[in-house]
Amino acid sequence: MSAGIEAGALPAAVPAPVSGTSSSDASAARRGGHGLDRLRGPVLALLVPAALGLVWQFATAGRPYSLIPPPAEVWQELRDLAVGGINDDAFSGTLWTHLSASLGRVYGGFALAAAAALPLGLLIGRVPLVRALLDPLLQILRPIPVTAWLPLAMILFGLGPRSALFLVFLGAFYPILVNTVFGVRSVEPRLFEAASMLGCTGPAQFVRVVLPAALPSIFTGLRLGLGFAWVVIVVGEMTGVQTGLGAIIMEARQLSRTEIVICGMAVIGVAGFVSDWLVMMLGRRLLAWSPSHG
Amino acid sequence: MAEPTIPILDLRAVSKTYAAQGRITEALRGASLTVARGEFVCLLGASGCGKSTLLRIAAGFEAPSSGAALMWGKPIPGPGPSRGMVFQDYGLFPWLSVRDNIGFGPKSRGRPAAEVRETAARYIDLVGLQKFADAYPHQLSGGMKQRVAIARVLANEAEVVLMDEPFGALDAMTRERLQDELLDLWARTGLTVLFVTHAIEEAIFLADRVVMMSPGPGRIEAVHAIDLPRRRDVSSPAFNDLRRMLAAQLHSHHAPKAA
Repeated sequence: MSAGIEAGALPAAVPAPVSGTSSSDASAARRGGHGLDRLRGPVLALLVPAALGLVWQFATAGRPYSLIPPPAEVWQELRDLAVGGINDDAFSGTLWTHLSASLGRVYGGFALAAAAALPLGLLIGRVPLVRALLDPLLQILRPIPVTAWLPLAMILFGLGPRSALFLVFLGAFYPILVNTVFGVRSVEPRLFEAASMLGCTGPAQFVRVVLPAALPSIFTGLRLGLGFAWVVIVVGEMTGVQTGLGAIIMEARQLSRTEIVICGMAVIGVAGFVSDWLVMMLGRRLLAWSPSHG
Repeated sequence: MAEPTIPILDLRAVSKTYAAQGRITEALRGASLTVARGEFVCLLGASGCGKSTLLRIAAGFEAPSSGAALMWGKPIPGPGPSRGMVFQDYGLFPWLSVRDNIGFGPKSRGRPAAEVRETAARYIDLVGLQKFADAYPHQLSGGMKQRVAIARVLANEAEVVLMDEPFGALDAMTRERLQDELLDLWARTGLTVLFVTHAIEEAIFLADRVVMMSPGPGRIEAVHAIDLPRRRDVSSPAFNDLRRMLAAQLHSHHAPKAA
């Protein structure tokens, strides 16, 4: 499953689809003038989930042997996970511990990946010697799915959170790197000429020309990278980690607590959505100059 | 015209050859030209005559294959702020506002922030873009972009402004207005301008001297001083005589090829 996702999403390093989405979002927001028009988007967005929820309810409620618990039961479990006081079992009130453990790994691994991939991408994109040295190696390593690194990660880092962190790092690293290199290599040569005749030469061009010019592409990479971090975290946490959303899902499965499995999935969905939204908002602020973003 | 002892630009027997895919192309052969401080010189010729190559050598973007390119008698080491370039496609930084595009040069050269702001404001005034100081390039018309590009070079205290068909992508009315504005700036600031164009009328309207170039390989064919008083009337008989004369010369370069 994850191999399929990776195969599909890594080539999506080309920024067009993502930036296309964000610009259409932006124009939709600008159009929303009147009250009714403004409600149209959210109403349409909720229609399909509501229908699916109904199907879920009718297919499961009141059937003793259903494999999937009905929505109300999942909702009650979610409240118990969050604040406790309903079931009073080992899971009650533990959601925040797991969520913060996962958040720490996702953002920790993501930050490490960005810190490594950004400078490396700038250098590979701009310095022919670095490109000749590193590009072939990275091209060979890139098709290896993150999940294939799992056994090696366990050998290197042991069972535990460090393996999970390493996998998140790997998952976020390549989208950021590939998009940074792409962005740097697509900088118009004219801008380097303009900078140098204005007195900005050598390494100063990295900061004043390369980085800002490549920023739209870099942001696409950061969004994809953070998305991958959330994909990978669950895989990473399913191997001998005590806390984390992936860990709670696996543990609940072993105890046949399907409602907790579903709660964990839902929380990951919401957390991933919110973090993507934050990056997008940041990007919109920083890229106000770009006709296809701002 | 009082000729200073050392010309601001001195191009001596400049040649340029490119080797690409095993073939050697001779873009420029033995071009010699001196430009005095404060002069407005147009390089005029059809495409392939090497006029842009000559300009890029003066800018320092390219080194001559043989010959020498000197500024104030010293070899031009590479691109630098003393020779500002205005490109046909503007070359503005899309992520910077008009204000910051114009302040880019002074900031790169380490001027204090207050001075950068003050300089940028002065040159925004000079090109009449006060209302657009905080706009980004994609929000500007072609004419406004080119005003920013000119202001950016002037704000950087360029001694020579090199212009590569700067008005070629603009509509006729905007082009005429910018030609007037450029002459006005030139008269007020005492700039030296080296201006590439393929439009005969533009060359006669603007230049102190028109340098005619011809292709295959690119070389300087003739230099004509334009003695008409400014502001020049493009419909006057004297202007038309010049236009006819230059047109005949320009087209004679093509005759052997057409035959």
